[in-house]
Amino acid sequence: MNYRSNLEQVLSKGKFAVTAEIGPPKGSDPDKITQKGEITKGCADAFNVTDNQTAVVRMSSMASSCILLKMGLEPVMQITCRDRNRIALQSDVLGASAIGIKNILCITGDHQSFGNHPESKGVYDIDSIQFIQAIKNMRDMGVFQSGDKILSGKPDIFIGAAANPFADPYEFRVDHLEKKIEAGANFIQTQSIFNVNKFNIWMDEVRSRGLDRKVHIIAGVTPLKSLKMTDRMRFHVPGVDIPEHVANRMKNSGDPKREGYEIALELINDIKKIKGVHGLHITALFWEDIIPSLVRESGFLPRP
Amino acid sequence: MIITKQKDFNELLSSIGKEPIFIIGCSECATMCHTGGEKEVLEMKGALEDKNILVTGWVILEPACHLQNDKRILRKYKDEVNKANKILVLACGNGIQTVSEIIENADVIAGNDTLFLGEIKHANEFEKRCNMCGDCIEDLFGGFCPVSRCPKSMLNGPCGGSIDGKCEVDSNIDCVWDLIYKRLKEKKQLQLLKIIQEPKDWSKSTETRRVL
Repeated sequence: MNYRSNLEQVLSKGKFAVTAEIGPPKGSDPDKITQKGEITKGCADAFNVTDNQTAVVRMSSMASSCILLKMGLEPVMQITCRDRNRIALQSDVLGASAIGIKNILCITGDHQSFGNHPESKGVYDIDSIQFIQAIKNMRDMGVFQSGDKILSGKPDIFIGAAANPFADPYEFRVDHLEKKIEAGANFIQTQSIFNVNKFNIWMDEVRSRGLDRKVHIIAGVTPLKSLKMTDRMRFHVPGVDIPEHVANRMKNSGDPKREGYEIALELINDIKKIKGVHGLHITALFWEDIIPSLVRESGFLPRP
Repeated sequence: MIITKQKDFNELLSSIGKEPIFIIGCSECATMCHTGGEKEVLEMKGALEDKNILVTGWVILEPACHLQNDKRILRKYKDEVNKANKILVLACGNGIQTVSEIIENADVIAGNDTLFLGEIKHANEFEKRCNMCGDCIEDLFGGFCPVSRCPKSMLNGPCGGSIDGKCEVDSNIDCVWDLIYKRLKEKKQLQLLKIIQEPKDWSKSTETRRVL
């Protein structure tokens, strides 16, 4: 069996996968990427490279992914539909494939009004589900979204999508996941989980529809670094569900950084036992150096 | 209806200067929006005269976007228009341009900002309802339009940021996907949301279609 990527191989062999997020720098210094790569090397099967996350201008996900590739790390290049129309999106997929990127995560993107250029015009020509479908058709049928034929080289991409088990309207969330799978998603990375009960309800429905056998579900975890970050994520980041008991633990702790780390360890421990979860995705915002110990203490080292 | 907002008066003054001016309003949308009806045109006249600016005359076009009608009406105001160096138009972006096609000798000043095609919810409360995409698909979404009402124009379901039925971008507006979901649930038509909607055909939109 030929696997498109290391991530696909780990998941396909039924091993519990680990992915970690590497945020590109707000500048052109490549060392910022290589430093994060050095810290996290060997701790994950693939590394998500965000695409101007929260609509703040950063080094492009394509260039940052390229730097990781040169270091021997496997990127999951994130591409948002916010800044590109279908021409640019498909062009970037071809380019990414050409330089050796094997995993792409398709997301619609955070709205530009939240970022550092709120005056900008959003594109949103197609949405994430349509983008997933476009990549699948490029890869499997050799056609672009318009139906025009690809002439030389179909992009052999392992296609990822995001899922938020916590957002409203709550009843629609599994239908939404199902659409992403139908469109062509091979793996799913979820929104960071703090509310395990709610995640369990979502996973029950996922399993009852047999979706965990159609797609690899990788559950998101974010270690909380401080009380300030907890409050920001709780009240200002749309779609994040931090229950009161988690927020209280952070508030009442003498060492919130340590507490956040412990909470993350406990969450990972709970999540890895949930049937149908195929991996863990760690988003340690501005705290990448915590990833190695988090992965080690959770018993996920060495990586396959 | 085309929703407009009157520009800030001081901003207008700096565009107008001290020169004689003729004021044009519109009988339709700008009247409904209270940005360019007779009342607003007369208020503007008074405000400009208070600043010692000579107002040579005023008219309400019926409506400003009707080229032939405008020509006919403005013929009657030829003298007043000729005395003015500036023409202040309190209409939408279309009305302003129709006036510009007719009056060539004076500077046309846009008195309003044109915001969107929308609904009058209550007096002086407006909400966007249509992008004029040229290919209406509202029947797929319970009669609501995600193209114009979702800030990300998502066609296959909501983003992850809807909170208590409100949009993550502006908590003053309803998440259109929440409305769509509830309406289709009531009508037992939720299966419509399982269909993957293909990318929209923007070649039918005003981006490329400019005449009819």
